[in-house]
Parts: sequence; C-alpha cells; structure tokens
Amino acid sequence: MNWQIALPEIVLAIAGCVILLVGVIPRRDMTFPVAMATIGAFLVTGVLVLMQPEGTGFGGQYVSDSFSAFMKILALAAGALSLLVALDWNEKEGLSRFEFPVLALFATLGMMVMISANDLMSLYLGLELLSLPLYVLAGFDRDNPRSAEAGLKYFVLGALSSGLLLYGASLVYGFAGTTSFDRLADALSAEAGVSAGVVVGIVFIIAALAFKIAAVPFHMWTPDVYEGAPTPVTAFFSAAPKVAGVALLVRVLAGPFSELSDQWQQIIVLASLGSMVLGAFAAIGQSNIKRLMAYSSIGHVGFVLMGLAVGGESGLRGVLVYISIYIAMNLGAFAVLIAMRRNGRAVEGVEDLGGLGRNDPMMALCMAIFMFSMAGIPPLAGFFAKLYVLLPAVEQGFWVLATVGVISSVVSAYYYLRIVKVMYFDAPLNGFEPRAGGVTVVLGATALFTTLFFLFPAPLLAAARQAALALMG
Amino acid sequence: MNAAGFPLLSLLTFLPLAGALIIMSVRGEEAVVASNARWTALWTSLITFALSLILWFRFDKSSPDFQFVEQLSWLPEFGVNYMMGVDGISVLFVLLSTGLTPLCILASWESVENRVREYMVAFLVLETMMVGMFCAMDFILFYVFFEGVLIPMFLIIGIWGGARRVYAAYKFFLYTLLGSVLMLLAIIVLWFSAGTTAIPELAEFEIPFSIQVWLFLAFFASFAVKVPMWPVHTWLPDAHVEAPTAGSVILAGVLLKMGAYGFLRFSLPLLPEASAFFAPFIYVLSVVAVVYTSLVALAQQDMKKLIAYSSVAHMGIVTLGIFTFNQQGIEGALFTMLAHGVVSGALFLCVGVLYDRVHSREIARYGGLAKIMPAYALVFMLFTMGSVALPGTAGFPGEFLVIVGAWAVSPWVALGAALGMILGAAYMLYLYRRVSFGRIIRDDLRSLLDLSPREYATFAPLIALTLWMGIYPQSFLSFFSVTVSQLVEQHQAAVQAASRLAGLP
Repeated sequence: MNWQIALPEIVLAIAGCVILLVGVIPRRDMTFPVAMATIGAFLVTGVLVLMQPEGTGFGGQYVSDSFSAFMKILALAAGALSLLVALDWNEKEGLSRFEFPVLALFATLGMMVMISANDLMSLYLGLELLSLPLYVLAGFDRDNPRSAEAGLKYFVLGALSSGLLLYGASLVYGFAGTTSFDRLADALSAEAGVSAGVVVGIVFIIAALAFKIAAVPFHMWTPDVYEGAPTPVTAFFSAAPKVAGVALLVRVLAGPFSELSDQWQQIIVLASLGSMVLGAFAAIGQSNIKRLMAYSSIGHVGFVLMGLAVGGESGLRGVLVYISIYIAMNLGAFAVLIAMRRNGRAVEGVEDLGGLGRNDPMMALCMAIFMFSMAGIPPLAGFFAKLYVLLPAVEQGFWVLATVGVISSVVSAYYYLRIVKVMYFDAPLNGFEPRAGGVTVVLGATALFTTLFFLFPAPLLAAARQAALALMG
Repeated sequence: MNAAGFPLLSLLTFLPLAGALIIMSVRGEEAVVASNARWTALWTSLITFALSLILWFRFDKSSPDFQFVEQLSWLPEFGVNYMMGVDGISVLFVLLSTGLTPLCILASWESVENRVREYMVAFLVLETMMVGMFCAMDFILFYVFFEGVLIPMFLIIGIWGGARRVYAAYKFFLYTLLGSVLMLLAIIVLWFSAGTTAIPELAEFEIPFSIQVWLFLAFFASFAVKVPMWPVHTWLPDAHVEAPTAGSVILAGVLLKMGAYGFLRFSLPLLPEASAFFAPFIYVLSVVAVVYTSLVALAQQDMKKLIAYSSVAHMGIVTLGIFTFNQQGIEGALFTMLAHGVVSGALFLCVGVLYDRVHSREIARYGGLAKIMPAYALVFMLFTMGSVALPGTAGFPGEFLVIVGAWAVSPWVALGAALGMILGAAYMLYLYRRVSFGRIIRDDLRSLLDLSPREYATFAPLIALTLWMGIYPQSFLSFFSVTVSQLVEQHQAAVQAASRLAGLP
C-alpha cells in the first residue's frame, strides 16, 4: 500500500487532532496560538504537497499528480489567507473560539481529499469532510439569527446536493460496474454505446458539484448564505470550496467521463451562460456588499465553466489560471469587507464604503484595483484571467459563450464601478476603525499579485499548463 | 538596436509611471504634499517631453518601417512579445501626448485644489497608457494600453468633474468598454488565424473576405465609439462637459485620436477588402456626423458642449479622409487629427481660463470680453480661427487635403466635408461673437484679470504650433507621407488582387 501518496493529508489530519486537543485542554483562551498553529500546519502541508511523489495509492482510490498539487496549493493558500483575515474580526465580534481555525483546517483537509480523489467513494468522502465543517462555520455566529439561518439553509441544500451526488454515483456504479475513475474511463470508452443510466448518473453528479461551486441553476443558496454567514466565513466560502469543487468537476469530466463530452458539454455550456448572465445582472440592484460579491462570484464561476466547456489542454489551463487569479482578487476584496467596521460594528452596505478614498487611501486603492481587475480591465490580472479562458473558447468556435462572456463582463463592470464610485466620488463618511495587521498583509499581497501579474505571468502559466497536461494524461 | 541607442520608447512610456510612484510615496501635510505633487508631475512630464524630442530629430522620415524598435519576450508560449516601435503614423501622436501632458498639468495648477496628489498620479498614469498605446507594436500590448486608459480617465472625470460627473464617467467607461471587448474577440480571432500578434507581421497576412467583414465590424464597434462617430458619439459631450479642463484637453487632444489611429493601424492594412466594402457606409456616417453635429453645435448654450460637438464634426472629417484610401485623404486625416489635438485642446484651455474666474461655462453669462481681457480675446480668436480652418492656421491644410481626397472619390462626399467647414465657421464665429464682442452686460465681468504668466506659458507653445502647422505644414506632413504612400499602395494592391480573384469564372 502506497500510503505516502497521502502523506500531506495524513500530516494535516494529525495536526488537526493535535491542535484540537491543545485548544481544549488549557483553561485560558487559546484562539490565537491555535490559529497560528493551523496556518503553520497549512504551510508544512504545502511544502509536503510540493515534495509529493506522483502516482496512485490506496487501491487506485487516491491520486497525486501535478494537477492535484496545483489545486492543493491553491486551496491551502486560500485557507491560510482567509484565516489570517478572520483573526481580528472574530475577536472583535466575540466569536473568538478556537474551533474556528480547527473547522477550517478540517474543511481544507476535505478539499485536499476531494482534489486527490480518483474514485467516486473517495470523492464523496472528501466532499462530506469539506461540507460538515462548512455547515458549522456558516452558523458560527450562533446567537445571530441570520447566521443560524445561513447555516441551516446551507445544511439543508448541501444535504440535498450530497444526496444527488450519491444517487448519481450509485447510478454510474450500477450501469458501469465500477466506481474507480480509471476503470470508468475504460468502461465508457470500450463500449460501443453508453447506457442512458450512466448519462443520468453524470447529470446528477454534475448537479451536485455545480451546487458546491454555486453555478446557475444551483446558485440560489449563495446570496443568502454569503450574507448571513460571518464575513470571514464568507471569505473562506467564496474561495476555498470553489477551488475544490472546480478541481473535482474538472477531474471527473476531463478524466473518466471525457468520452462522454458530447453529453455533458451542453450542460456545462448552459450552466456557464446562465452563471455569467445572472452574475452580471442580478448584482446590479444589490445594496449589501456581501450579496453583491455573492453574485459576482457566480459570474466568475461562469467564466471558469467556460474554460471547462471548451476543454482540451488550453481550456483546462484557462480554468486553472482563472481560478487562481479569482482567489487572489476575491480574498483581497474580502479583506476590505472584513475591515469595514464602524463604531464597534461591522457594516455591510455598499454605501458604507463612502469616501474611503479619503479616509484610507491605500485600502481604497487596493479595493479599486480588485474591482477594476474583476471587471477585466487590463493591465490587471483579471483581464488575463478572462483572456486565457476566451482564447480557447474562440479557437474552438464557442462563439456564443465568448460573446456572452465579454458582454456580461461589461454589464458586471457597472457594479464594480459602483464600488469605485462610492469610494472615490461620494462624500466621506466617518472613517473605519484601524485595520488589523492580518488584513493589511493579505490586502498588500493580493493587490501586488493582481497588479504585477502581467509582468511575470510565466510561472503561473507554466504550472497551470503542466497541471492541465497531467489531467489530459 | 534602435536609433537612440537605449530603449527610448519604453522610457517614454514608463517614466511617467515612475513619477506617479514617487508622488504616491510622498507623505506630510496636505499643502506640502500638493505642492510636491504638482512640481514632481510637472518635472516628470517635462523630462518625458524633452526625451520625446529625440523622436522629432532622429526619426528617419524616408522609411515607412517601424523605428526605435524594442523587443522583449513576454508570453513566449503564445508568441506574444513586448514590442515597441513608432512609424510615420504614430510618431507625431507620441509627441502630441508627451507635449500636451505638461500643459495639462500647468493648466490644473490652481484649478485643482483637492486631492492634488491623486490627480497628478492619475494624469501621469494616463500619460503612460497613451504613449504606450501609440508605441505598441503588438496587438495584445496595444489592447492593454488602449483599455488601461479607461481607469485613470474614469477617475479624473468622476472625482474632479462637474455636477453630473458620475453619470458622465459611467457613460464614458461603459460605452468604450462595450466596444473594446468586441475588439478583443476580433484580436483573438486574428491571433489564431495568423499565429502572431505582431502588427507588422499581421499586415502581411491575408484574411478571407467573409472573415474580414466580421472582424471589421468588431473593430468598428470599438474604434467608432472612441472616435466618436455618429450615432455613438453621445458619451463625448457628457464626458467633455463634466471633465475638469485638463481632462477635456487630453480627451479631445489625444483620446479621440485613438479611434482614428486604430482605423489606420488595423482596419486599413489588415482588412483592406472589408474596409473598401464598408467605405460608403463610413462616408455616410461621417457626413451625417459633420452636418448634424455642426447644426447641434450651433444651438448649444454651454461653451464646452459646443466645442465637444465641434470635435465630433472634426473627427467626422478625419474618418472621411481615412476611408478615401488615397494619399491626400489619409494625410489630410492625419494632419487634421494633429491640428485638432492642438486646437481643440487649446480651446478647452480657453474655456478653462474663463471657468476658473467666473465658474460658469454658459455662453450667455459672458459678453464684451475683448474690452476687459484683450490678450485673452486675441488668443481665443487665434484658436477659433484654427478650428474654423482659416488658411494660415493649423486647421486648414488637413481639412483641405481631406476635401481634395474626397473629391477623388466622389464630389458629393467632398461637398459634405466642405459643408462641414462652412458650418464650422458659423458656430465658432457665433460663439466668439457672443463671448468676446457686444456690450458688457454684467458688471462683475469688469473686474476680470487678463491672462496670468502661468496661462501665457500654457498657451505660448500651442499658439506657436497652431501657426507653424498652418504656415509650414510640410515639417509635419513629411513625417508620415512615406508611410501613408506605402499604406495606400498596399491597400490598392490588396483590393485589386481581390477584385481579380472575384472576376475569375
């Protein structure tokens, strides 16, 4: 048994248990040391991921390749950055409990299992390990009815989607006779015709994963959960699980089901179109900035799905580049949202950013960079993210997708500009409370990445290309 | 290696950005920061301008090729390089951009009082984008600069603009962005069909007519909005009226040229047959623009709006000239673009002088200024004549050449362009009469001061240029005549080849 394949996950799991014990036993408040230990565990795991050998293990249930390494690093980075911005917020909101970092750790562990899954069983295992901590995190502010509502809503819909996934998996198993991705690929390519049962099963699996990444038409929960959950949790939601969900969708569709691309391609195309259009139009009327970001994330998922629909090496690379850049922009923007505190309370209205350009020029500049970047204006990173998705789409002749994509990005520019407008053009309100160190670090790092990406795009592109190639086999 | 011996064009492009970074790092009291920001911005832009003069002296006018070329690997996997270079078409626009920026900074010395630091940063970033756009020899690089202009301009209009600035800033941004993203798709198509994004190599590539039509329409969506051509010009009057004076100057002087430059750089050489196919359509739009906006300008109550509409009319003449596809027409269009950049920029500065004193742009608010501000009235008259295209001023050679070129295509088209000149004289002289002549109806106007030394310094180079361009246009025409004749030859060859092919049984 080649257990070293899962070494990073094993280390992270043990670290999680130890950190949990360390948090429970002493009488004094252990939140800060626990959070730091968690970030440290993420770092160690990241190093292990980079050193990991390639191959499969656990009877073919588990795979490690450059694709999984790429996505795991991304998930770990997203997890670590969102923990960093969460610290100060939790303390001020009276949510400073050591369970927070531990739950995030186990959710991240679940993502890593998902990313490495090479079997429908390990896929489900990872998905549930991710989902259960997320349900708790969404309702973490348990005395706040909105947070509790968000947790409950997410739980009910999440359970439904898990059910869909299981049902789909059992259909696939029933008709194809195996749950292993490798053998599924053989089974589906060997047969002259694929039975309708498998196709139905795939549709169920896609629906479940689309729920996780909040793609239209499974997006309904997103705005409510984003709004209700505590802001750092929302930051985590909008970044890390998306990485895992996209990774899984890519692995499943480009791997075992690639023979059936005619069948699933149209679903992905429709989901992509729907997400881009809905993300562009529905956000326009939002006055709560977290809801706005929820719709914005739906729009971005649409672009990611465009790359997946196009497929091929360049399409998948587009997906990976897009999701990496999206994580950076998004976490940066959420760092600003977390810093929005006035008179001891967190504020969430778009209008509350009024006059930030005067009160805190650096933060306003960073936010403006993220907004212009999300709108896809060069030379910021968001433009290149869109470019690398549009390139293969045009090359393969996906005209409708490409045209709807660029037009929806113009529409969405309207609400991104609104945030810039509020920050710079409107009369100043009272300043926010001084921002915490963690927020500043995340802001600076993500803003620099977003601004300077165009100078040094090669490393990310090369890594994404290698990851995409690993997936294509 | 390029003629300057060092990467001149990159230096011109990124020096303002370096200045912007210095200004951003300044800390201290607000008044000190403001003063430091002003001086740093002025010196940065002056040094950039001084460096750009190397182009004027060292540019080889007898060669139609790109000069001062620089190349660096950027996205090697996609065959996209960082390539900078100027040819006869772009070299003078680089100079126009570097020349107008210090004047704009001077013009906003006192009129911009709040957030001076951010203002200067925005202007220097804008200069980087403009110069980079005219120097870019790679399509993707061009697009990056072309779109990047939107960010500083959006902030300049939105933060330092007038009462309806938010509306104007949005309209400007979204209109242009919508056009540009369609161009992006066209660029990607070209990229895949030709396998390169280097502009000189793309020009060699032949594209089937059926694809050319679509590409032309996509480019047209972007460039027509930028020019702006009738009927997508409506963002311009709003943007001009709300923008601060210096913003209007740059908008009229340089940003409006980006669309016409795009037509010349991309549509004509890359898509010759489609350009020829759509030429009548462009003539109609241009003539409508010239006549319609001139009539609209006659009815304006607001000085800036009047000049904004006159810009649309002048740009109509430019697009007309470009699509005549003959030497006179294109040279005239280029010359008109340069002249319009100088003259309309100066006219906006003239309006700015009055606005700084009276805080009104309403024409009816003024009258009899010739008696109170004689020097100002003289300067204003000179630029009015330049806009009217009086022989001896900058406006004349370009518009004359366009009419000559248009006559070769069709007398009716030439008639439309000539009508524009007549109407132009009507609305500009009408404006001048209402502002400068007549009785002084308002007593508060009597206390107005004439031009200050700073304003003299701002206007002096523009006056000299307006006269120079009018009296000896050859020193400007000589820059682009070789490039234009090559462009015209290539275009005719391509169109003839296509018609021979079509003539085959």
